[in-house]
Amino acid sequence: MTLPVTPAQTIGPFFAVGLIWADGPDVVAEGTPGAVRIGGRVLDGAGDPVPDALVETWQADPDGCFAHPDDPRGPATGGFRGFGRCPTDAGGRWAIRTLKPGPVPAPDGGAEAPHLDVSVFARGLLGRVVTRIYFPDEAEANATDPVLRSIPDPRLRERLVAVPDGVGLGFDIHLQGDQETPFLAI
Amino acid sequence: MSEVVPGYRREGPGTHPPLDFPAYRSSALRHPTAPLVALPHRLTEVTGPLLAEGRVTETDHDLTTQHAAEPLGERIVVSGRVLDEGGRPLAGTLVEIWQANAAGRYRHDGDRHPAPLDPNFSGAGRCLTDAEGRWRFVTVKPGAYPWKNHPNAWRPAHIHFSLFGRAFAQRLITQMYFPGDPLFGFDPILQSVPEAARERLVSRLDMDLTTPEWALGYRWDIVLRGREATPRDDEEDEP
Repeated sequence: MTLPVTPAQTIGPFFAVGLIWADGPDVVAEGTPGAVRIGGRVLDGAGDPVPDALVETWQADPDGCFAHPDDPRGPATGGFRGFGRCPTDAGGRWAIRTLKPGPVPAPDGGAEAPHLDVSVFARGLLGRVVTRIYFPDEAEANATDPVLRSIPDPRLRERLVAVPDGVGLGFDIHLQGDQETPFLAI
Repeated sequence: MSEVVPGYRREGPGTHPPLDFPAYRSSALRHPTAPLVALPHRLTEVTGPLLAEGRVTETDHDLTTQHAAEPLGERIVVSGRVLDEGGRPLAGTLVEIWQANAAGRYRHDGDRHPAPLDPNFSGAGRCLTDAEGRWRFVTVKPGAYPWKNHPNAWRPAHIHFSLFGRAFAQRLITQMYFPGDPLFGFDPILQSVPEAARERLVSRLDMDLTTPEWALGYRWDIVLRGREATPRDDEEDEP
């Protein structure tokens, strides 16, 4: 049996009615040792902030494991939620507080560099767009990461690597334009 | 350790709206223009947040009992299942909804439609699917409302749905419509969906779900991507 997949629709401008969680940006609680703030802005093709976007993140724990039964190593039991959700503010800004993930084993026996998977939803986006955030202190792992390596242009690869911004790591998401973020076909 | 895990099936071009859809004006500056980079489904993509614990209370599914009195409008029951393409139910998955009130107004500062707010209606609901993938909400039928996409633009009545499934690759945000709405043909958001797939977003009146003397019932099943077959090198050849 194959059932037809339900199509996506835009999240629209009023998702705050239903999708705001007080603890959404807190992948880990304030004061958690090793916590890092990751955030930035969502911008449109004119460079203007997108004040009605929702950014969601999903990631492994610091050991590179997932709190999920489909992790073939068995679900991680450390209680790490791994999921972040933050709406953008009037300036297009979003941020989450999390722990840096460990490298994730890859099928070829190698590893994927530490990364967060990111979904972006917004008014004006008829479906989600997906990208990844990598870490600036992982140059060696990033150089062998299979997803980064599949992007030939080094200037585009760099756009998937967060940059220290004084309070944590910065990652702006450009939906369109000269600085367009590389988006991934999920 | 080998970490070969089956990925999820990817839809062909006939399912989802294109991100560039000029009739939906606000997509103009917000759709990416570069080709997407292929993302293989590996561990991060075949796992996802399992948010059952503590996210939903017993009453979150009933949008008509969240205030001192009942909201105005036509009370309805909306129910269905979350399934994958193979027809397998997705149990224990979080379903979140939000909607306008019966007058077509959202409880949101950005909604400038001069229709009344209802002090007895917030317009947000949550529930977890049961073992058969079933979900159910009690609410009021949302009103149509005008928007500024083009002159005299009106959205057909709809309820927004957010689904997680069990994997990052299955995440879906969409909208459910009501059968026979005369605004369908004028709505660029629904029309952005390839024609053959549009009806999948339309619920149907279900007299079995309808509660006599109390509420009409609308049924809508949601289908998320299914899993690819296990990689061949892990399997014995079948005859």
